Amino acid sequence: MTFQTVIGLEVHAQLLTRSKMFCGCPTTFGAAPNTQTCPICQGMPGTLPVINRRAIEFGVRTALAFNCRINAACRFARKHYYYPDMPKNFQISQYEEPLAEDGWLEIETAAGTRRIGIERLHLEEDVGKLIHEGTLETAQASLVDFNRAGVPLMETVSRPELQSPEEAAAYLRAFRAILVYLGVCDGNMEEGSLRCDANISLRPDDSAELGTKVEIKNMNSFRNVQRALEFEVERQTAALLSGERLVQETRLWDADRGYTRSMRSKEYAHDYRYFPEPDLAPLQLDAAWIDDIKRGLPELPRARRERFVEQYALPGYDAELLTHSRALAEYFEAAVREFPNAKMVSNWIMSELLRQLPGDDDRAITASPIPPAHLAGLLRLIDDGTISGKIAKDVFEKMFRSGEEAATIVQREGLTQVADTRALERVIDEVLAANPRPIEDYKKGKTAAARALMGLVMKATAGKANPGMVNELLQEKLSKL
Amino acid sequence: MIDDRDVDHVARLARLALSAAEKARMRKELSAILSHIDTLAEVAVEGVEPTSHAVPLVNVMRDDDVRECLPAADALANAPDRAGEFFRVPRIIED
Amino acid sequence: MHRPIHELTDAFRRGETTPTAVTDEYLRRIEALDGGIGAYLTVTRDHALAAAEAADRRYREGRPLGPLDGAPITYKDVLCTRGVRTTCGSKILERFIPPYDATVVTRLGAAGAVMLGKGNMDEFAMGSSTEYSAFHPTRNPWDVSRVPGGSSGGPAAAVAAGMAAAGLGTDTGGSIRQPAAFCGVVGMKPTYGRVSRYGLVAFASSLDQIGPFAQDVTDAALLLEAIAGKDPLDATSLDDAVPPYAASLQAGVKGLRLGIPDEYFIEGMDTEVERAVLAAIDVLRGLGATTERVSLPMTKHGLAVYYLIAPAEASSNLARYDGVKYGLRLPGGKDLIDMYGRTRAAGFGPEVKRRIMLGTYALSAGYHDAYYGRAQKVRTLVRREFEQAFTRVDAIVAPTTPNVAFKLGEKQDPLAMYLNDVFTLPVNLAGLPGLSVPCGFSAAGLPIGLQLIGRPLDEATILTAAYAYEQATDWLKRKPSLA
Repeated sequence: MTFQTVIGLEVHAQLLTRSKMFCGCPTTFGAAPNTQTCPICQGMPGTLPVINRRAIEFGVRTALAFNCRINAACRFARKHYYYPDMPKNFQISQYEEPLAEDGWLEIETAAGTRRIGIERLHLEEDVGKLIHEGTLETAQASLVDFNRAGVPLMETVSRPELQSPEEAAAYLRAFRAILVYLGVCDGNMEEGSLRCDANISLRPDDSAELGTKVEIKNMNSFRNVQRALEFEVERQTAALLSGERLVQETRLWDADRGYTRSMRSKEYAHDYRYFPEPDLAPLQLDAAWIDDIKRGLPELPRARRERFVEQYALPGYDAELLTHSRALAEYFEAAVREFPNAKMVSNWIMSELLRQLPGDDDRAITASPIPPAHLAGLLRLIDDGTISGKIAKDVFEKMFRSGEEAATIVQREGLTQVADTRALERVIDEVLAANPRPIEDYKKGKTAAARALMGLVMKATAGKANPGMVNELLQEKLSKL
Repeated sequence: MIDDRDVDHVARLARLALSAAEKARMRKELSAILSHIDTLAEVAVEGVEPTSHAVPLVNVMRDDDVRECLPAADALANAPDRAGEFFRVPRIIED
Repeated sequence: MHRPIHELTDAFRRGETTPTAVTDEYLRRIEALDGGIGAYLTVTRDHALAAAEAADRRYREGRPLGPLDGAPITYKDVLCTRGVRTTCGSKILERFIPPYDATVVTRLGAAGAVMLGKGNMDEFAMGSSTEYSAFHPTRNPWDVSRVPGGSSGGPAAAVAAGMAAAGLGTDTGGSIRQPAAFCGVVGMKPTYGRVSRYGLVAFASSLDQIGPFAQDVTDAALLLEAIAGKDPLDATSLDDAVPPYAASLQAGVKGLRLGIPDEYFIEGMDTEVERAVLAAIDVLRGLGATTERVSLPMTKHGLAVYYLIAPAEASSNLARYDGVKYGLRLPGGKDLIDMYGRTRAAGFGPEVKRRIMLGTYALSAGYHDAYYGRAQKVRTLVRREFEQAFTRVDAIVAPTTPNVAFKLGEKQDPLAMYLNDVFTLPVNLAGLPGLSVPCGFSAAGLPIGLQLIGRPLDEATILTAAYAYEQATDWLKRKPSLA
């Protein structure tokens, strides 16, 4: 018996607003505990929330990019459950009237492009952070930091249309790229700005009914999402083949041990007791505002990839890699504006820049010690013969370490390629005078000897000689012997 | 009407550890109130929009500006229990 | 000494007395009388004297802040005061000291008002007698064996007994108007959204509204003017300009169309109340108002709607009192859930627990639509009915309460207590402005209140009508005789 894997992803993204969803506290990551709170996000008595306009704008921007239907009339609701990281013991979220519904996102799979449905997109407030004194199971107490409480979160629920762990990872990558392109989220999974839960079930190939759904939590990287789902496919397959009944449950991914484990099953289901948030007026999103936001949408990864192939005649592989992050694509284009050999720029970015940078995300690219103009400057020096490609690689490394421009390094270190005919002739004469043996060999018809002489000349100029000119001059001299 | 199991369930949802006597009284009183409330069933409400806000207001939003936070000392000043800069709570067992 | 604010500040301006002298006198009266009344939970003596001295200086320099500068007032203890404990009449907040002021406190402070202290109340504003305060009941200054009404019984009694020149209370289902009626003072609930709720510890967010208690209508108008208006911290506060209420009080009632709702004169109501209210309506007619009968048949469902919506919102608003961030925590819990349950069971009184239970039930799976959902729809019908009436009349006149102040301990049955609010809570459901102005006394010498209900944001009309009535009668001259 074989099974069809059915996966749906629920992604929570922290929005890149300056202030929190409902109060003016900053959203900066990593501040000292309980220093980024106020009476409002601490849920103190009598305080009231007020909606951050930019969070709504970011939600609309994302909904448009995901081809969703935006609910002009939407509102916030209270979702009730008790947990100490949630100051009010209810979360201001959206329920019956979310910001947007019914969209889709395209992913690349082995079988080609697939369109994955997006069920809904809504906004809510994040909760604080709990630190357990020991592990959750053994801790006698837990500590609460409310800095994160109230940071705007966007929850996006996909339809259960992903058919493998690879597709889930591809969805998440495409999803993240779009969010980063839109400038609404930094996409950092390790810091928790992007969090992903998955629903996964297996269905026998000959059955139309969905299998028992298991929810997987705690996957904090792309790799872990794929690993956890792969593990779960295996676990569920084995269970079904041995005739075991799967239970609907929530399982935690343990990245260190590489398996999922069941969370204690709930005694009874949650009863969230949603009702419309009375402290917030409903939203009636103005069509003109939505149009404004639509006009302001940046070019998204797919469109940019296609344009790169067309405009710059780049191979698909290069275009895919370069458009992976918005910052990288912009880096590429900025460099090409100053040095129009696109393939050469692409090669240098892929082989040198990405090798040196700690990542290809916006943060790493933006922090690159070699800005696009500097890379273009370096490539120009190769192009006009000032330095050789080999020297250029050393110069690149020095640029990366010092942040200096190529020309500065080349000039200071005297790396300029020797292209002066008389200077080269002088060196060639010296080499020929000092090396009678290869000359003899050459005269006997061993053409390889010319290559040895060429090497000696390059060595004598510490690699700075223009190889083409050396070759030409050397041939000329040898022919006259 | 409301029975003992309802009272137990609701008390658990509301995180109220009621005594047996309180529960018994609660059942009686809530039943009396609910039987009055049940008169609402007489009212024809088909097609009536619900009111969740008494005055018609929409799109009340603020600009994305950062305001001053509470100093951590003030944020924690009312805490019944704390450890350093953190609020401290007894161990968590999921229910 | 106990005079309306507008008279006091006139006297300050003329140099006849000073804010410090008057504040001192009020503090002395509190000291002498409050043992027998229990209007205060906290007296902020140092705070008051410091604020009064600052006001003194301004008057000396001829630069008073306005008509409220130096006025000694009391705040219901549901309004947050920075650095001054705010208990909400509850054990669970007994030691809570807010690091912020409610917007109304900020505004009155900026107008120069002097806070004498924090007024007693039913716990979390849930009650109609102030017997449900976790600390002590408040007694009615007209008869200390009787309740002052509630939930804002403390401020109402303080103003009636001359222990504050005025006060601020909150009204979710009648909690300003009913105690105003029972204590013989003026009390007003503004239109929902007219006054910022920021810093008002929420009971039922879609119904709560802050308003003044005053010795006369002029003071009520002055206080409302000072506290009303848009607040960026309250998304439900209204943008509309605040009219000069006090300046337009003398417009009179000539040609004003008053509606008398049949459903507010019911079987079982106190005949003395009915007579006094009908006599008051005659006075208004005599002043040039016209009257006509209006019908508000949804009135009989108001109580049921209210006792679903208010507890539902309360169950949510009160979820935050869990022993984690502030307030009471019961020690020795074996785990978090145990701590939550024991803290909340010990920290809340019986009425609060009852409403949390009722509200949680009304929102819970399986009952949500039948209870909460249906109540919201009937609320729409209540609102529409008022809208309908206001196409024919400019204001509605009715009794504030079906009876005069009852005895402490008299209403043991929760439902009997709730029935006290049948004439006030529909106004909250519809978000309308309403006020209560004294309109007579029972044979036993207990005050009776006339309720005026206006169109949304039309506080001016009911204030003007109340002022005309007040000027034509002399009920306000009567004061309770206190030891």
